[in-house]
Amino acid sequence: MSNVPVSEAPGSDVLLDVRHLKMYFPVNTGFLKSTMLKAVDDVSFSIRRGETLGLVGESGCGKTTVGRTLLQLYKPTDGEVWFDGKKIEKGDSLREFRRRAQLVFQDPYSSLNPRMTVADIVAEPMDVHGLYKTQQERYEKITDLLARVGLSSEQSTRYAHEFSGGQRQRIGIARALASNPEFIVCDEPVSALDVSIQAQIINMLEELQQELKLTYLFIAHDLSVVKHISNRIAVMYLGHIVEMAEANELHHHPVHPYTQSLLSAVPIPDPDRAKASQRIILQGDVPSPLRVGPGCVFQGRCSRCTAKCKESVPELKEVSPGHFCACFQAE
Amino acid sequence: MHLLEVNDLHTSFFTPAGEVKAVDGVSFNLDEGKVLGIVGESGSGKSVTSYSVMQILSAPGKIVSGSVKFRGEELVGAGEDTLRKIRGNRISIIFQDPMTSLNPVYTIGNQLEEAILLHTQRSKTEARARAVELLGLVGINEPEKRVKQYPYELSGGMRQRVMIAMALACEPDILIADEPTTALDVTIQAQILELMQELQKKMGMAIIMITHDLGVIAGMCDEVIVMYAGRVAERGTAPQIFYHPAHEYTKGLMRSIPSIDDDQKQKLIPIAGTPIDLLALPKGCAFAPRCEKALKICLQEHPTEYRVGSDHISCCWLNVKEATENGWIEAGEDGSLPKLHFTKEDQA
Repeated sequence: MSNVPVSEAPGSDVLLDVRHLKMYFPVNTGFLKSTMLKAVDDVSFSIRRGETLGLVGESGCGKTTVGRTLLQLYKPTDGEVWFDGKKIEKGDSLREFRRRAQLVFQDPYSSLNPRMTVADIVAEPMDVHGLYKTQQERYEKITDLLARVGLSSEQSTRYAHEFSGGQRQRIGIARALASNPEFIVCDEPVSALDVSIQAQIINMLEELQQELKLTYLFIAHDLSVVKHISNRIAVMYLGHIVEMAEANELHHHPVHPYTQSLLSAVPIPDPDRAKASQRIILQGDVPSPLRVGPGCVFQGRCSRCTAKCKESVPELKEVSPGHFCACFQAE
Repeated sequence: MHLLEVNDLHTSFFTPAGEVKAVDGVSFNLDEGKVLGIVGESGSGKSVTSYSVMQILSAPGKIVSGSVKFRGEELVGAGEDTLRKIRGNRISIIFQDPMTSLNPVYTIGNQLEEAILLHTQRSKTEARARAVELLGLVGINEPEKRVKQYPYELSGGMRQRVMIAMALACEPDILIADEPTTALDVTIQAQILELMQELQKKMGMAIIMITHDLGVIAGMCDEVIVMYAGRVAERGTAPQIFYHPAHEYTKGLMRSIPSIDDDQKQKLIPIAGTPIDLLALPKGCAFAPRCEKALKICLQEHPTEYRVGSDHISCCWLNVKEATENGWIEAGEDGSLPKLHFTKEDQA
């Protein structure tokens, strides 16, 4: 696997480098029997400083697990995560990594503690990492963070249930910013929000990125949103990255059959074009990750499947500069 | 006569905190074989509208006033016997969440047969055969095997197909689809929408499609209603709504969704503010507090329906203002905006 997009040397403009990340979960399949669910199976990618990498895929494809595993919220089965030129291991480097890398959760309802005030929620990362000296400093930082996400300091003494979905997501973002991170995993940050509120949050994430020079891994299933916010996009299917390219390139020249059908399935808010568009309708459902046999993971739903696809797994290869695809037909 | 006529429907929920006017004066007509889209954000009253049509509101929800006529027959206040003959038979509904709307302790076949046995004269064996046929119709393979399975054995997309099969069991005249694809992945959503369009062509029923996704509406609907805070903000044909939106809220919605074709990544223009609190509705237009162009009158009086084009109606003072300025309609003597009132015949 030498031809996967590998990182450059430490100290380069690559901030995060994920190498052959694997995350298997044991699943009980019967009495005293268990098998491994391969949620993430050999995923490699890197993200440059200030860049946004979009990660798309359907439910169960492992995109959330990638985000959580690389943040070391799960202990990876195998693989390495390099951050700012250093390998993340146990001990001080992990502690430092956890300050510099943060997560914004999908569900703004369940990810905020109902018994804590907004001030305490936002300040928790600072409490954990000891990022202030006096209570006065703590208060100032909270006010500053809330102002950044468009909330007022009077709201800091309230509880999460007093806020709307969009405001709660703002609180979640303020909490992620509290430890001055450089890298944020945004795990479906707008999926639970109404359309008119989505745009507010997307714009805010973009503004924060520019002001604070943040790097994002933006996980979502909505391709229009991902394309809007990302520089590059990686498409996942059943634990594998099947295609990765610059956002516009991926949209205009999708190579993998899965990406092609995924793109054609996006509903277009334009009646004439929606009626004229040719949809590539995939047959069947995403198979259970427990029942993945040998060969390409997409073989069961692929219209171009050959004998070779059923035997061996295609590797992620560069098909044009910066455009990677894992499909035998693309070679 | 229209297939379905909804006129000045008011549905409220009487909660301890006060009366929530979930649907506040909604009127629309639906003709045979047409697809009507109702789009709006959470709390806009789109689902409650459909539940009111079906008369399946549960307490504390209640239809306060208004009329729902199916083929000329009044449904509001009709007896349970009448309603039972119509529900699931002439008008049926698909719910958003296929995970919770199937009964987990009965087989798929059992649940499908129930509707058939209830509304037709078929025997049990015939009903089973019809259930198998319906599953085949909605694209489920090995239907003979599936009728014996329980909901948990099927995937989300499959369950939604079963829900559709159930709704179509008696070949209804109207199919209400309440966010039928929201819980599904994009590729499965495409499958289900394709299936619905195909079945609509084959069986010729009318569809009321309720969704928050403008993309889903664009591909399927003939007519579109945009709802905000329990009221119709704008109503028109799909091209009118998408290409010539008149209401500021509709315009705002269109601007705030990212387009997959926008390679320049232009900044989105969000609608400011937060969604409306139905317990504390403003005096005038409910959208006025979030509207950048709000006039004084918007905050004081609720806009009346103004016809922007043929079959295109918008409830926005700005449209009235524009029309007055252009001399299309006359202003009041003191220069105030005219209060337009359309009669029902006028809308038809």
